[in-house]
Amino acid sequence: MSHSHHLPPVVVGAGPAGVRAACTLVQHGLAPIVIDESPASGGQIYRRQPAGFTRPGAALYGFEAPKATALHQDFDAIQVQVDYRAGSLVWSARPGTLDVWSIAADTSRTLDWSQIIVATGATDRVLPVPGWTLPGVYTLGGAQVALKYQACAVGRRVVFAGSGPLLYLVAYQYAKAGVEVAAVIDNARLADQAASLIDMARQPKTLLKGMYYVAWLQARGIPILRNARLTEVAGQAQVQGVSWQRNGGDGAVNFIACDAVALGYALRSETQLADLLECEFSFDALNRAHLPRRDAAGRASTPGVYLAGDGAGIMGADAAELAGERAALALLADRGIEVSDARTALLDRRLAGLAKWRRGIEAAFPFPADWARSAPDHLVVCRCENITAGELRTVAKDTGASELNRLKALSRVGMGRCQGRMCAAAAAEILAEVVRVPVHQVGRIRAQAPIKPLPMTVRIEDEAP
Amino acid sequence: MNTRQGTEAAGGGQFQRVGEQSRPVVAFFLDGRPASALLGDTVLTAVLTQARSVRRNEFSQQPRAGFCVMGACQDCWMKTADGRTVRACSTPIAPGMQLLSGVAQETP
Repeated sequence: MSHSHHLPPVVVGAGPAGVRAACTLVQHGLAPIVIDESPASGGQIYRRQPAGFTRPGAALYGFEAPKATALHQDFDAIQVQVDYRAGSLVWSARPGTLDVWSIAADTSRTLDWSQIIVATGATDRVLPVPGWTLPGVYTLGGAQVALKYQACAVGRRVVFAGSGPLLYLVAYQYAKAGVEVAAVIDNARLADQAASLIDMARQPKTLLKGMYYVAWLQARGIPILRNARLTEVAGQAQVQGVSWQRNGGDGAVNFIACDAVALGYALRSETQLADLLECEFSFDALNRAHLPRRDAAGRASTPGVYLAGDGAGIMGADAAELAGERAALALLADRGIEVSDARTALLDRRLAGLAKWRRGIEAAFPFPADWARSAPDHLVVCRCENITAGELRTVAKDTGASELNRLKALSRVGMGRCQGRMCAAAAAEILAEVVRVPVHQVGRIRAQAPIKPLPMTVRIEDEAP
Repeated sequence: MNTRQGTEAAGGGQFQRVGEQSRPVVAFFLDGRPASALLGDTVLTAVLTQARSVRRNEFSQQPRAGFCVMGACQDCWMKTADGRTVRACSTPIAPGMQLLSGVAQETP
């Protein structure tokens, strides 16, 4: 027990993991500080629409509406017991302190912490394709946010491409909202999805929902192109269509006219905060990413740091709720507060079951491990600073750089405003291809403060006593 | 503020409204021209319901219209006439905002 446990625990992120963590802490008599960049709780998956919007939960969250509603209500019910700082970004951190930017007030304060639950969530994992910087190309998650949060479609005739569970879900949500879905282009083969059925069947409801979306799209005559990939997004100042081809086929290129593309290959964890908190990382083959290490309860290597939800490895919203509660129980136990062994054991069992289902998802939507070989030299990899695959290959070959931070220093990839969020996965694949090593050997881009760019106008203030 | 019922957004935009169109109108300026959005729109929605892009990339000079829509990619930054920079996807539109895209927009 640290002497500094007079400090309230801090939860960063108010998505499924952060909300369940906060609720659990409150149930055990603590008053956590909850810091969230968004103006309202729910995270990305259960993001709430702005005030004045009237669509019911079922229209926003579909089958997940009861879960979304419960999460929102449970967090709203603990408002008086938590120090909830919405619209606030943790932009810097180290063991013992956080720097928090209050976006509306445009002030930053330093906050001391002794125990922190990091529930920072995820964004889409992007593998670029020529033309992906054109106006009208969005991530799958972004296309979903536009619909859910703004009642807007990202175009009038949209192609959905890439892989992962979001692919069919967002295509379905768009079609259901009356938007023309030109095609779904899935990198995975039907055989991959069939072979994964045993693991996927551990979550039969989720499996059935996925099958329902596909059947629903097919019944409406929407082309579903499997074992296929985009080769180009065509257009000058806006999207005019996509070219695609079958994987391993005869190379024939097909064209589909559209004015928008939604693109993604599953999700990637937002690990910058864990990195700045000096958590140890290791390569996780399932996520094909370096992730902060944690024990089954969520404890990271840095004392007092707990990890939960997709920010610590992609497991989905249901697992995030369980992991948020589990991390909070670990925090409580470490603080000397009694927690239910039965509840802890139940959460551990459920999380273990979901881990098996998660492996099934990966088998159903495998990462296109040959992506780098198919990336042409003119492909823009870094959309912030317009750095191409060819430039990365040249820098790597000319300098012998074999590690991602070295490649970053020499080429500036990952140094732009997104700090590698949109390009690092692709840059790692390209570097591994050049150096001819497995992708885990090229390492990961180390996080640096600010975690996201701050305006020059921000005022630094002392934390009120 | 008046309310518009069930009308299509001005043509030619990248984004297409599919509902929630009974919200109060918010007047703003895009590249000096009067424009209107709906209360609760983000700056990104306000601009892209009537334009194809929100900015130019500093390195390629090509137009951009955002990408991740969740505050991660930073590819929807817009300048305002008073010299501020806003992240369009996570900034609500406000009456009188003067937004600059740096891209010549077609007149709807």
